[in-house]
Order: sequence, then structure tokens, then C-alpha cells
Amino acid sequence: MQDLKKVDEIVKNYSMTKTPLIYILKDVQKEYGFLSETLLTRVAKMTNIPLSEIYGVATFYSLFTTEAKGKYIVRCCNNAPCHVKGSKAVLDKIKEYLGLEMNETTPDGLFTLEFTSCLGLCAVAPVMMINDEVYGNLTPEKAVSILKDYKMKGLANA
Amino acid sequence: MHRTHILIAMDAHTIAQGARSVKEALQRELALAALADEVRVVETGSLGIYNKGVVLVIFPDAVYYTGVQVQDVSEIISEHLIKGRVVERLQYTDVPGAEKVAGQAPRAGKQVRVVLKNAGIIDPDNIEEYIAHDGYEALGKALTAMKPQDVIAEVKQSGLQGRGGAFFPTALKWEFAARETSKEKYIICNADEGEPGTFKDRLILEGDPHAIIEGMTLTGYAVGADKGFIYIRGEYRMSINRMQKAIEQARAHGLLGKNLFGSNFSFDLEIREGAGAYICGEETALIESIEGKRGEPRDKPPFPPTEGLWGKPTIVNNVETLANIPQIILKGAAWYKSLGTEKSPGTKVFTMVGNINNPGLIEVPMGITLREIVYEIGQGIPGGKGFQLAQMGGTTGGILTAEHLDLPMSVECLREIGAGLGSGALLVVDDTQNVVDLVMNFVEFFNHESCGKCTLCREGTGRLLELLEKLTDGKGTVQDVALIEELAKIMMKGAFCGLGQAAPVPILGCLKYFRAEFEKLAKTAGSAAA
Amino acid sequence: MENITLTIDGKSVTVPKGTTILDAAEKINIKIPRLCYHPDLPPVSACRLCVVEIEGDRLLRTSCSWKCQEGMKVNTRSAFVRESRKMALELLLSRHPMKCTECVRNNFCELQSVAEQLGTREIRFDYKERKGELDTSSAAIVRDPSKCILCRRCIQTCELVQSVSAIGLEGRGYEVWVDTPFGKGIGDVACVSCGQCIDRCPVGALYENDHTARVWKALDDPTKHVIVQTAPAVRASIGEMFGMPAGSLVTDKLVAGLRMLGFEKVFDTDFTADLTIIEEGTELLSRINKGGTLPLLTSCSPGWINFIEHFYPELLPHVSSCKSPQQMFGALAKTYYAQKNGIDPKDIYCVSIMPCTAKKYEAGRPEMNDSGFQDVDAVLTTREAAVMMKQVGINLPDLTEEPYDDPLGISTGAAVIFGNTGGVMEAALRTVYELVTKKPLDDIEIKAVRGLEGIKEAEIDLNGLKVKAAVSNGLANARKLLDKIAAGEAHYHFVEIMACPGGCIGGGGQPIPTSQDIRKKRAEAIYLEDRGMKIRKSHENPAVQMLYKEFLGEPNGHKAHELLHTHYIKKTVYKDAEA
Repeated sequence: MQDLKKVDEIVKNYSMTKTPLIYILKDVQKEYGFLSETLLTRVAKMTNIPLSEIYGVATFYSLFTTEAKGKYIVRCCNNAPCHVKGSKAVLDKIKEYLGLEMNETTPDGLFTLEFTSCLGLCAVAPVMMINDEVYGNLTPEKAVSILKDYKMKGLANA
Repeated sequence: MHRTHILIAMDAHTIAQGARSVKEALQRELALAALADEVRVVETGSLGIYNKGVVLVIFPDAVYYTGVQVQDVSEIISEHLIKGRVVERLQYTDVPGAEKVAGQAPRAGKQVRVVLKNAGIIDPDNIEEYIAHDGYEALGKALTAMKPQDVIAEVKQSGLQGRGGAFFPTALKWEFAARETSKEKYIICNADEGEPGTFKDRLILEGDPHAIIEGMTLTGYAVGADKGFIYIRGEYRMSINRMQKAIEQARAHGLLGKNLFGSNFSFDLEIREGAGAYICGEETALIESIEGKRGEPRDKPPFPPTEGLWGKPTIVNNVETLANIPQIILKGAAWYKSLGTEKSPGTKVFTMVGNINNPGLIEVPMGITLREIVYEIGQGIPGGKGFQLAQMGGTTGGILTAEHLDLPMSVECLREIGAGLGSGALLVVDDTQNVVDLVMNFVEFFNHESCGKCTLCREGTGRLLELLEKLTDGKGTVQDVALIEELAKIMMKGAFCGLGQAAPVPILGCLKYFRAEFEKLAKTAGSAAA
Repeated sequence: MENITLTIDGKSVTVPKGTTILDAAEKINIKIPRLCYHPDLPPVSACRLCVVEIEGDRLLRTSCSWKCQEGMKVNTRSAFVRESRKMALELLLSRHPMKCTECVRNNFCELQSVAEQLGTREIRFDYKERKGELDTSSAAIVRDPSKCILCRRCIQTCELVQSVSAIGLEGRGYEVWVDTPFGKGIGDVACVSCGQCIDRCPVGALYENDHTARVWKALDDPTKHVIVQTAPAVRASIGEMFGMPAGSLVTDKLVAGLRMLGFEKVFDTDFTADLTIIEEGTELLSRINKGGTLPLLTSCSPGWINFIEHFYPELLPHVSSCKSPQQMFGALAKTYYAQKNGIDPKDIYCVSIMPCTAKKYEAGRPEMNDSGFQDVDAVLTTREAAVMMKQVGINLPDLTEEPYDDPLGISTGAAVIFGNTGGVMEAALRTVYELVTKKPLDDIEIKAVRGLEGIKEAEIDLNGLKVKAAVSNGLANARKLLDKIAAGEAHYHFVEIMACPGGCIGGGGQPIPTSQDIRKKRAEAIYLEDRGMKIRKSHENPAVQMLYKEFLGEPNGHKAHELLHTHYIKKTVYKDAEA
């Protein structure tokens, strides 16, 4: 059975904050990886916010996930400024390299591929974000070499 | 005492190009060269140079280096710092081929820096530096010599308009909230910058966070609020960290908290993070998000200045708007009005992105022409390609074509042609790009970001995308093009909020100027079927 | 109140300040189409069907939410308004399965009527199915998300009217849909089965778990002795299903119609409502006299019972142990009635006609088998009962009145008012007063507990014993009372709680639409029935008196306890939460 003590601690940490649900969900996701039914149910009990409402929030925001994801979440930007700088070619190459379509995870659990909305790095478009790190001025080759580094790092730590 | 300062631009753009490892290399090699006591490495916000790799500037010489890589660090130290010789191959010059002049800040010519005056000059993590550049002086002046209504009057006289995109008179919004008798009122800084192509707020947050704190505190004083929230989108990790540090420093210096400057006025700030939703840039959706709900817009009226966060009067101002406030209070409305045009006073921060040689961010007086931005400051279009169109104001922005190159970029001039300044993002698109693909890209964005509350936006963005896909798949008809247009026109007037109302703007703009491209696809489909 | 004068389509109209354009237009006989707006709920302005143009405004405005202003010039019929409404409707229709003839809401579907109103002749978008699968996990409610038009009325009802929040939104944008958290079945979350969501749904995305087939099967089976009971509130509403105006009282036509359907006996839940008063009144006096748990909370409303079991299990000792009238009836039908008439109880098939969907859940509760069989075999909502009559061409308004059968059809005015919020309280006070004071009650109409307000309070002097009473309807109001009780801030003796707004007359099984105005008319019909009754106090019901004499013995006695009382189950809000 999953240890839910951290959820309780997180909720208590925000006892002085008014309407802290987004923060709570962020911290819970950071701690446990994703927002599972068990975790959100616990949040509901601790906060007295109906689960239906919490679930509505968790599925509304793109940075939240209710399903397990890869160790590295590759978020590619395809908004207009990246689009005119060739983001599609970069994305196609990433898909090919990882063998993924959007919102899929590699079988080894290393990578999940997603879109991101504009990261405000348009002067170095096209860009992508891997977990919290951002990479700009991408070319298909550069993107693959960055992913290769992550793959090595991920496999080494596995 | 340090004889030399190396300011390294540590903003999201440069970090994306390896700034962190260059900084580590600098510190490592300076220690090896026993220069650590003499040369101080300072992180600063953006230095205004964007796609040229890692950027740093060495003071007091004021020499700018770009494209600095880890392996260049030892050369810079041995050549520049030890021998005093500039490493020319890395030195940045504003205009290619022009004489390399030390001490000239990049793009200095056309720029007038008000909101960005400290960005790239000071260490944003150090409140002392902000204070040394007249920081918190406006707040001191207001709290000791001005009444709240004087602050509002000064801002009103300045003619400042909201820089979030709607250009609503800032002081007017303040007056609505000031009039309310509620004891609880809130100031919210809208730092949910999500409009594609826009990163001005990010650079202000990362380059001069105290300006926002001071601007918000002044706003709080003006309308009678003692609590503020800075809503920063969750993707802006670095902005959040910088801002948090700045808030803590301001508190430690007594510049946030109780009885500021010995007055009866107290003010404090809290950061609230977004979690990935473009719609939360809409002020009522933002408020919902702070309230821990789905970021869906509220019906207006009531407007936030009368009924906002937790039902209390609330001012929501954009980052750039707030960064203007301290300067207006300090230098006066007359000074501010002397910048820009009569109807659009002040400066505007533009971000230049897309097919442009010198992308990045500039702060210029309102009224600069499109041609000046694209061809002078932006140094034209790469690869000798032609100018096809520009989109002003982000993905919800209006479409400008070659006929608009000499149009002054001001609120009133753009409004006349059915466009707007919006967020100030200028997307330049060269003549090799496919317009229908581009429109499809816009619609994909709206489809991804529609909150799903109202029929027209939820179903409309989905249907627009399907119709465009049908066209590009060669299965569309001329009737489909007409349906796209009809749907877009109805969304523009009938959707619930700004997202659904603005989404059609670039679609209709492209249809207006490039209709043939759409119909060509439909006709090809028709003939193929026949 | 301040008045405002504006112009709508060139016509001047004066309305009180705060009136919406939609209501103002109604005043001059313009019915603006709408789908997400429901008079019970705050406007969400989501469907965009009710848009109008206002002079000087560059945007269209939703008339359901936009307030009238002095001098405003509104156009509800311009070409652009018409085109916009048509577009919004086409967008909704193109994501709707359009299997109207297979739909439970055929002919009383709001989407259909708006399509008819706007004269839809073509849909220019290809059909695209909505997310979500048919959810049949509940004993009471079926959800079909494929038909949903995302008006959010169900979500608002569940949250604001009932404070249950079993359902909510999932995802966003084009793929947003209404669901329970993590796609669990509605039967697997803390849904109280009240069916108020069904009542607010404009289309057939929510409907009751159909029992008509099983009832037909029983009626077709010659070995079954099929009997039916009718709840108090049904007689005041079922006429609406046949086009009669709200408030039509059709008690005896209903009896005739049910007999035509083939039921052997047509009985009245009112009989066991009277019995409930005897049992519950006795329980109340015993608790007051012996220092039992107070306040005593009523137990007739199964949606309410589900609510307290899920959300306030610690307060369950307050709840009366009396079964609801439906279940008392079932238990007696298969014991007392069977014995009296020499029928083998296993051959009795007991059907009830209820204004309620939670009654379906209640009838299926495993503990409801004190007769030795499942006490109630099938529960039809008012709507389903009407459907069955329509299926065989019975037009209720045309029928000649017929009386209920004896003895389980004999009842009093006190029983029929169970259908209204405050009715159980009023009926109980009529009896308790006389039992305690041994004097006749002068004015038996206890107005303090009547009316549709969410919470009502009253104090009744019983020979010096001041009984403090409270009445609530709608579970959000119940929650307010329960919070007070839990905090020890409420010093009531007796509290009546009904799950649905207005009580059973506004139940989740009632004809659609239901609104405050319609509830008011149904409530008036119920009081009219009471006034027309010869006997208006439960303890004077001769059939009930006979029942005690022949069969039960004493109120709250051994046999009564065995058949008429029950126990409750402590549930949780979240089944898997106990990790």
C-alpha cells in the first residue's frame, strides 16, 4: 500500500495559504510522479474539496498528469514562432528517434513525448523542454544528440 | 574589491544555449588563474541579444561577447582579463560589419528603456543594485509625499494603458477598485505570459524583479490593497525563483511588510504558479486558477475591480504595465507622455521572432514603423527571402502584409486596420512559408488551449481545425472555405471570452489577404475529384 | 423596487432592476432559445444559444446572464443573431448522436425543441462522437455521455443544489466531458441517486434505470399477483406527462390508468405514510421522554438517507429507524396483505410508482427483505409510469376516476402532504400534538412548515413541552442543518429532511421540466387534496388502526420493529480512500 504521509504533510504545509489546491497538486505530483486516484482521493479527504472538483482541476492543466509518465518528459513547442523556424522537422525526427507519437511513453519508461505551449524562448526557436531544462536553436540532429545524452544518463541510473 | 565584473546573461534564452556551464567554467578558470578575488561573475537578466548563444559583458570595459562556449572561457581570461586584449572573434557588434565600438549597448540606437532600464545592467538577485539604480525611490516618494489619489492622478495623467494586450487605461481600472469600500482588496500581477512569441514579461521578471514588486506596492497604495499575488506560469521556473528571492529580500529590507516607510500602509506579496493553461492569461480565468479551480473565465460583469479574487475588488495588471509605474511616479507624467505618440504614450516592449535575422526583444517608443522593426532593428529576413506577412500581438494577433510596412506601430493605427499591438510579439513570416499551414498551426494552438466552456470556442476551434485539415488533405471545397469564414466571424462576436473572440482574428486576416491560397487548395481538390 | 425601461426589438418594456434580457423578452412574449440556462441554477453562459445584440456593443451578449439597463436597445432577431444561434446549434447537433427515436427524451428534449424553433434543416459538420462510455453502474441513474451537450446543468445541480459533487468535468477544450473522477461508474462514487441531474438534463444524457420491462414481464406472467403503490407526489404531477397543466390533481384517474395496465390491486403509499407517522411519532416521543438522541431526523427520503450515510455517518444515530413508506408498504404487502388474502407472498410482485430515482436504489438494498422476500420488486418513476400507459394507448386525462383498493389504499390528508417539503413534519405534529395533549388540534394546517424555502423552523407548544422543529429541502440545505447539528449549535427535537427541492413533488423521477413555479403548483395540488380529505390525521386512519389491531400490535412494538424499522450503513465518500 502506498505511503500517503507525504500527501498529508504537503496539505498541512499549505494550511496558511488560501485556496492552495494547485500548489498541493504540484507538490504531490513532484513527490509521487503523477496524480493517481489514491493520491487525489487523499487530497480530497484532507482538503474537504470534492474529488470531482480536484479531478477536474488535475485534468484541466497541462502540467498535471493523472497517469504515470516517463522519467524524462520531452515537451516540444510547435507554436507559430517555432513552426516557421522548422519545429515540425525537429519533432518528426524526435518521434522517429524515440519511436513515439504525441503523448506516448517509451516501453522502457524513459521518455514521454508531449507538446508544450510557448515557452517564451522564441528568439532561439525551435525549442523543447526536458523536465525543467530548456533547449533552443534546435535542429533535428541537435535534438537527437540531446536525447542521446538523456538516454545514456537514464540507462546509467537505471 | 573587485576590479572587474563579468555580467553573464542568465535568462531562459541563454540557459537554453548553455549559459550555466559557461558560468561554471568562468568561475573554475578564474579560480585557477587566481583571479577569483579580482573578477566577480554576476548573473544578470537578458542583455538584449538572443539567438547568439551565451552572452556576457565585461565591465568596466563594456565589451560584449556572444556565442561564448565553455572552450572559449580560458581564452577570454588570458587574453581579455590578463593581457587586456579584446577577443575579437567573439565580440558582439550591433550591425554586422559596422565598427566595433566598446561601450555601446546592443541596439542602443532606436531603443528607449523604461521598463527594461535595469535588465542586463543589474544583478537581479541583489536588491542593493536595484536600490542603487533609484529603486524603491518612487515608493518612498509616494508613501511620504503623496496621497493614494495623487498616485492615481499621476498615472492617469501619464495616459498609461495596460500592456497585457487590451490597452485599457490603467488609472481608470484603479479608480474602480479605489472607489470600493471593501476592507480586503487585492493586486494581481498577471505574469501568465503565454501568447506565443512573447517573452517580454519573462525578461522583466528575470532581469528586474524588484521593479514589479515596487509597481505592485504602489498600485496597492493607490487603490487601498494590502495584499498582492504574482501569478506566474508554471513553465517559467526561473522567473518564479528570481521573484521569490526578490520578495524575500524586499521583506528583509522592510520594503514589503508592515508600515512601509513609517507610514500606515502595509503590503505583502505571494507568488501563485500556473499549471499549464494559456487561458489563465485572461484575468478572470487567472483569478479562478488562484482560487484553486479550473482556469475558466467568468462572466463579466462583475469586473474584477468590483468583484474579483475571492469576491473582493481586485486589480489585475500585466508585468510590463506594473514595471512602468515606479518610473511614472518618480519622473512624472509629463516625462512619460513625452515618449511615444499622443494617443499611445510611453514605450512598448516588442519581441521579434520568426524569420528574422536578429530576433529578440526591444523597447521602443510607440509609433515605430513595422519596417524599422523588421529591417533595421531586426536586420531583415534570413536567406534573402521576401517578407510575406507579420503577425502583431501573438497568435491572437492581426495579420500585417507588405502594404503595412510603413504603418506606425501604435494602438490607434493598428486598430484602424482591425489589428492591435496585443502582447507586442511580432512574428515575421517569409515568403516561402505556406499560409494555410500557418493558419492551421494557429488553430491547433487555440484548439489545444480552449477551456471548453462555451460551445463556439470549444466546438468551433475543433471544427476549424478539421476543416483546415480537410483542405490541406486535398478534400476541401470552396464551401468549406466559406464555412471557415462564417464560423470565425461568429466566434469573434459570440464566444464567451477573449480567447474565442480573438482566435478568429489571424484566420480572418489570412483569409482577407491570402484567400487565393485557401481556394486554390479547394479547387485542386474539386478538379481531382472530377 | 427600481424599474428599468428598455427596448427589445423596437418594443418598450419596463422591468425591475436586475432582470435579465431573457426574462424581459419573455415578458413581451419573445421566447429566446436557450440550452444551458435553467431557472433553478445560476447562468453559465456556455451554450451561446440565447445571444442577442445590444446597440453600441461590438459583441453578442448572452441574454440569460446580461442584465437590462435603462435605455438599452436590444435586438433578439437580427440576421447575425439568427446565424450565430444556428451556428452554435449546428456545432452541438453535429456532436450529438441524433438517435432521437431511440431516446428516452424523444419529444421532450430541449435540443430537439431548440432545433425545431430555429428551423434547422442542415448540419454542415460531420458527426463526431463525444468521449465517454455508457455508464450503467448505478441502480438508479444511467449516464450516456455521448448525448451530452456540455450545458453543465447536471454538475451545477449536483454541486450547488445537492452539495454532493459526484460528477464534474474532465479534460478541456474539444475533448472536455462530464464524468465521475477517474471514470468510475456513477454507482461506484458517492452519488446519492436523487436524480436531480436527470431533471436538469436538457437531453437524454441522464435517465433513470429503466424498470418498465420488468414490470411488463410481471404483468404478463399469469402466476404473479402484481400490485402497485403510488407515492403521494405522483398524483399531483403525472398529468403533466399527458399535456395537462402543472398542478393538475389526477389521483383517481391515475388509479384507473394503473388498473387498465393490469395491476391486480392499486394501493396507496399514503397508507404507509400514515403508518410512518404513528411509528415515527412514537419514536420521537420516546426519544424525548427517555432522553434518546435528538434531534430525530426523518427517514422517508432515500436520497437523503444515502447522503447522510456517505457524508455524515457519525450522525446516523439521529435518523429515525423507520423505513420509508415505500418499504413499509412492501414489507406489509408480502406479509399482512398476503396473509389476509391467502396469497403466497412469493407470488406477489410489488411495484411502486415514485417521484424518485433513489427509491430504485432503496428497493434494491439487500436489507430490505424483512418479509422474507425482496419487499419491493420494481420502482417506476412518474415518467416511466406515464410511458407504460402511453405504450398501450392509455390517455390519462380521458379516464374516468376510480378509487383505490382496500385496505392498503385507505389514507388521510396527513399522508398526502408527505409529497411536499414540510409535509412529514406537519403530519407528525398533527398526530403528536393530539397524542400528547389529548386535545384536538384547532388549526391543523401548520403554515410555519409550509412553503418552498430551503430551511424552515417552527416551535410547537405541546402542553408546555415546546417542540422545536426544522425542515429542509435540497441537500445543500440539509448540509447546513447537519453542520449545525454536528457542531452542537442546533437544539431541535425533530427535523424533516427531503433530498429534493420542494420535497417529493420536485423529485428526480418527476416530469421534466420541473421549476420553482411548477413545484409551487404541484405543492398547491397536494394541499388541495389534503383539504378535500374526510380524515386529515394519521392516527385516525381506520385501516391503520385495524392493522395494529389485527397484525402489528403496538406502535414500535416487536412486530413493528421487525417489519417497519431498519438500520443504516456507515459509508464513506470515497470508497478507496482508506489507503
